[in-house]
Order: sequence, then C-alpha cells, then structure tokens
Amino acid sequence: MEKESVLRPVRGKRIVAILAAGGLTLAAAACGDAPADTPSGSSSSAATTAAYKACMVTDTGGIDDKSFNASAWAGLQAAKAEVSGIDPKYVSSSSEADYEPGLRSFVTQKCNFILAVGGLMGDVTKKVSDEAKDSQFGIVDSGSTGANVYPMQFATHQAAFLAGYLAAGYSKSGTVGTYGGMKIAPVTIFMDGFADGVAYYNTKKGKTVKVVGWDKAKQNGTFADSFIDQNKGKTITNTLVSQGADVVLPVAGGTGLGTAQVAKDSAGKVSVIWVDQDGCKSAAQYCDVFLSTVVKNVEEAVKEAAVNGAKGTALAATPGYLGTLENDGVGLAPYNQFDSKVDAGLKTEIDQLKKDIIAGTVKVESANAPK
Amino acid sequence: MTAEATTEAPREPEQKPAERETLLTAFQRNLWASNGVTVTTLSIFLAVVIGAVLIVLSDSAVLAKFAYFTARPGDALGSSWDLISAAYSDLLKGAFGDPEAISAWFSGTGSWQDALGPISETLTYAAPLVFTGLSVALAFRGGLFNIGAQGQAVLGAVTAGVAGFSFGLPIGLNLVIALIVGALGGALWGFLPGLLKARTGAHEVITTIMLNYTAALFLSWLVIQQGIQQPGRSDAISKAVDSSAQLPSFGGALRVHLGIVIAVLVTAGVAWLLNRSAFGFELRAVGANPHAARTAGISVAKTYALLMAVAGGLAGLGGATQVLGTAHALTPAVAGNIGFDGLLVALLGRNRPWGTLFAALLFGALRAGGNRMQSYSGISLELVTVLQALIVIFIAAPALVKAIFRLRTARAAGQSASPAKG
Repeated sequence: MEKESVLRPVRGKRIVAILAAGGLTLAAAACGDAPADTPSGSSSSAATTAAYKACMVTDTGGIDDKSFNASAWAGLQAAKAEVSGIDPKYVSSSSEADYEPGLRSFVTQKCNFILAVGGLMGDVTKKVSDEAKDSQFGIVDSGSTGANVYPMQFATHQAAFLAGYLAAGYSKSGTVGTYGGMKIAPVTIFMDGFADGVAYYNTKKGKTVKVVGWDKAKQNGTFADSFIDQNKGKTITNTLVSQGADVVLPVAGGTGLGTAQVAKDSAGKVSVIWVDQDGCKSAAQYCDVFLSTVVKNVEEAVKEAAVNGAKGTALAATPGYLGTLENDGVGLAPYNQFDSKVDAGLKTEIDQLKKDIIAGTVKVESANAPK
Repeated sequence: MTAEATTEAPREPEQKPAERETLLTAFQRNLWASNGVTVTTLSIFLAVVIGAVLIVLSDSAVLAKFAYFTARPGDALGSSWDLISAAYSDLLKGAFGDPEAISAWFSGTGSWQDALGPISETLTYAAPLVFTGLSVALAFRGGLFNIGAQGQAVLGAVTAGVAGFSFGLPIGLNLVIALIVGALGGALWGFLPGLLKARTGAHEVITTIMLNYTAALFLSWLVIQQGIQQPGRSDAISKAVDSSAQLPSFGGALRVHLGIVIAVLVTAGVAWLLNRSAFGFELRAVGANPHAARTAGISVAKTYALLMAVAGGLAGLGGATQVLGTAHALTPAVAGNIGFDGLLVALLGRNRPWGTLFAALLFGALRAGGNRMQSYSGISLELVTVLQALIVIFIAAPALVKAIFRLRTARAAGQSASPAKG
C-alpha cells in the first residue's frame, strides 16, 4: 500500500501528460469548419420510404476480390445509380459456413432481393429459398432451384474460346497455360472454352500450340484451391512458365493477381488474359500485362435484375438470365495496351469467329456449360 | 458471472471469522479485488471499449465529422454514439434475441422461430467450441499444451462424416455410432502426440501442430476421392450425411441441434473426471509437478498418453458436432476454426470445465451477434474476431487489467485461478 501511494501521483501525471499531448494533436486536426447544415434528414427519409432492399451475400472471395463478387456489388451500385430507391447492402462470407446465416439474416430483414453470389451457394440457397417462399432470391452461376430463385448464368465458354484463339495466335513459344481457382463448373467452363479455342486455331492454321494446366478430355488440370491466395498463384504461374507458357489465363479471382505479378516481373515475356471484369479497370496496376480479358458481365446481369425488381417486373425463374456473346453477357474486352502488339489479321479473325459463334456455324461446347 | 461473485462473497467471512465483515463490505472488497470473475468482467469491458473506438475509426463518414470537432462537437459525438450503439445493440440482438421479434411473438404477429432464432444461433456456434475448449483445458490441467485440437477436430469430422453416410444404420443407432467414431478419430489424433511425448519426450506442441497440417491436407485429399465425393459435383464436397445420422434439430431458421445438450453433459462428465476420478487426480498431479507425481508412484508416461487420447476424443466430438449438426457434408473447411478458437475458449474459461462452457457460450454469442452486426449495421465480422482476441489478451495479462483499474491483489493468492472445484 505504501509503495502504491507513492507511485500513484507520478503515474497519474504521466497519464495526464499523455492525454494532453494526444488531445492537442487531435485538437489540431479537429479545427476544420463545420459544413453548412443541410436538411439531410428529409432527403434520406424520402429514399427509405420507397426503398427496395437489394442484399447480397458474397462467397469466400469477399467483396474486394477484383472479380465476380466485386462485379456483382458494382452491379447493385449501378442499379442504385439508375433507380434511386434501391438500397444495396452486403455481407461477406469468410467460410462456407457463413452462407446460410447470411442468407437467413437477409430474409429476417425482409430484403426485397437476396442475391447469392456463386454456384457454391446453390444448395444453401435452395434450402433457404424453399423455406422463405415470399422472398425473391437471385443466384449467380447456378441454375434455378425454385420459382423464387432468379438464376444468372453465363455461356463463358464462348468468350473463352475467343481468348484461346487469341492466346494461340499471340503466343511466341507455342505453349499457353491456364489454371483454376477451384474445380467447379463456373471455373472449368473458362478452361474448356480456352482449350477448345486453341485447338480450333491449331486445326485452322495447322499449328501445334500446346495448352498446359488443363486437359479438357480428362477434365483435369491445375487448381489453386483458393480465390485469394496470390502466392499460390505465383507458384503455379512459375510452373506453367517453366513448361513454356507465355500466355496465361488464371481463372481464380484474387489468386490470379499472383500471375499478373509474375508477368510484370518477366518484363514482357509473359502476358496474362484476365477474367470476369476488364483487368485494366479492376486491377489497373497490372494493365500493362493484360493481353485481354474474358469478360463475364456479372455486373450488367445483376444491375438488370435489381432494376427490374425495383420497378416491379417479375423476375421469372425460367428461363432466367443467360449471358452469351450475342447479348454481350460474355465477351472479350479491348486489348488496351496490347492493341498495337496484336496482329491486325488476328484481330479480324477473332471478330469473324465471334460472328460465327453467334450464328452457330462454329459450335462451342462444354460439359460445364449451364444447362 | 455476477452470480458467482455474490456466492463467493459470503464464503469469505466463514474462513476468517475474526474480521467480522458484513456481507456488503465483503462483497465490495471482493468486487475490486483482482479475482478471476472481476478480471474477466473488466477484460470484456475493456475489449468492448476498444472495439467501440475501432468501430468509429473504421467508419469514414463518422470520422470525417471529427475533422470539425472543435467547431461543432455534437456532430462527431452524436454520430459516433449512434454508430456504436447501433453496432452493439445489433450484437446483443443477434446473440440473445430482438425485443421487437419477441414482443411480436407474444402478441401473435410474429413467429416463435424469429424470436428464438438468435439464441439458437448462439448455441449452434457454441456447441463445437465447448468440445474443443474442453479438449485444450483438460490437457492443460495435465501440463500439456494441446495445440492440436484443430487437427483432432478435423479428424473427428472426417470419421464422423464418413460413418454418417457409409453405414446406413437405423435411426438413432446411426447417430450414436457416428458420434463415437468421431470421438475415436479425434482420440487417435490425440493419442499419437501423447504416445510420442510419453515414449520419446517429443514436445507435444510441435507434434500437434504438424498433425494439424496432416489432418487438414488429408481432409482436402479425401473429399475428392471417388466414393467420398458427392456424385455429380466436381468441387471438393463429400456425400451428405444420412438424415438418420444428423443431430436432431428444430429445422428451418432454428439451426440449434442436440449437440449443445451433449456439450453440457460432456462438460459435467469432464468436471467429474477431473475432480472426482482417480485418473483426474493423477493428471492434476502430473500437471502440477511430473517429478513429484512420478516419485509418488504415478506413471507419467501412461497419464500423458491417456490424457492426450481423451483430449483428442473431446476435440473429435467437436468436429463431429460440426459435420453432423450444421454442415452435413465434408468440405475442406468443414471444421472452420473451431480448434484454434478452442484454445481461446479454454484460456478464457481458465481451464475449468464449467468456465470453458460459459466461455464457449460467450464466443458463440459474439459470433452470432457479429453476423447480425455485419448484416444490419454493415460492420465487418472481423471486429468480432478482434473483440475475442482482445478479451483473451486482457485475460492472459491480468496484471494489465489490475494496473488499469488499480485492483487490489486478492487475499488468498491464486484462490480463483485454480480452485478445487471445476
């Protein structure tokens, strides 16, 4: 006790000194002028009265995956910009165990549109939507599981076919590579289309460009088992490059950023075809290595669904939404910085190929395509 | 927790009748002494305060109001308060129930499922943590640091899951067998480091960490093998557990299952084992001083091996509850983080069985409330992880809490840290 009473005042002074110093710094930073009082209350209440709550549950990639979760969220933001009554919100899932609580919590909050992002959420969405018949659900990359589930699917193999053709035509080493984030249909459909595009180039030109990382016939290849692990992406890409690949298509969300880093370090030897959103917009720091992007227009599909829902148009479970080359739901992004490096002849061939696929004269098939 | 404080208070005068304290002064004295209950409560309080600061810091709109704090402090303080109170009230509503939903239930406009949903979520998240927490706590009482609860839980999930969809036994029996097999799987994974420790002296921390990796990678490999993988799926997911092997649940939004009941029973069992059985005495003796225990004729090697097997079995049950109770199929992440959270739960519960149960309930409540907080207030779920970590940091550093609140040293040193009773 004796000792404490001696210590106390000293300690007290020190605390006061620290608080004072902290307070001064804060005060210095806090000297700004107050903004004019705007009647913000009335405008926000006007918005909430007609609010159409669009709520999305991300998959484990999280909201900032620079890939399809980000696209879906951008879609909801775009919908909000178009129809002011739309009130978007999201929860991110840190593991698959979070899918169900996330969806259920939005049911409890009486969201008008509950969006499940990712085919992995198919089973859970079915379970929750079957119990909450009054709620409108939407799901990306999965078929509909009930009248209240609006499916948004993409014939991504069509666009990936073009990317395969482009990669084969652009490659100098005669080997191109791809890998996936996880062995699920929405991923392997890219790889199928890519491999077929290369094969089509070979038959047409009599070349033997090789694909490493995916075997379409055996449906087997290289997977990172992660949509976030950039180091894994680097390791896999280095392996593909050592096998001779000079164009790589990572179908792995954030993991693919590792590939972009490897390409950047290679000083022009390796280039990357990005997926989902135009790489020069979603991962602009790597724009100089992106040959092109296999665009899967999740953003547009989600925006359309939310806008239609807010306007009161029914979201019919059948046929739902299917993105194709024809409706620009999938496609090849601009070549951006590679525009001058890609041969003009190759560009015309790709444009023609696109028309042929839309017309049906060139058939693109994949076992992983949405049925 | 306050109940415990009050029951402990009157016990003091009996021990020291000479002092003749009134009940009230004894209570006050205990309240501000650095006993376990006070330190725990204050740790939670400190974590909540720091959490509140983090909530404000993470919201740019509110933070922007601090830029003109001197001009109009009301703005910054008001919006900070709104944000913090919204976040924490959502945390509480998500953990224990929304008063609106409960009153809607009583007035007949809402369903009882909505009203009881939050409690159900809390218990659902708590159930596996009770098992893994007990696993760590029990091993710790025997002087072993079981970092391997994660691996043991994974193996328990694997064996329970495979048993759940393979045998096709009749209802009831199927569940019992799956649970037993799950516990055995975990026990095997605990027994190995126990045996290594007993026979070769290999440190259990190292071996259990390595076995965590082995278990996790084994699971990732197993779920894509033919006969295990769900037909028609190309991703890593196993067949679903038969409904007869699933832990019975209310279904629908009420996900709580029989696991929490089993967890309470097992806690009672562990408390008995620790305090009333011969093995419990031996393991406590070994934990207190292995050399003395050996001199007293206790086989330290045998105790270590058996203790790790029992601890592994408990963690295995945790994994089994996860797969039979909520996930219903094996995926690489089926066990989540329950093993490592079990370490924190055991620390928070001060390695006592009932303490661990309450700590698991607290963690379950934080998790369930965190989900609502993220969903309603848009505050990241990671904040809950931070809160959990902060609570445990303060508990692990009681001197810090003592210094901050100037608590007096408890009279009987260590009285609350390791009482005879569980």
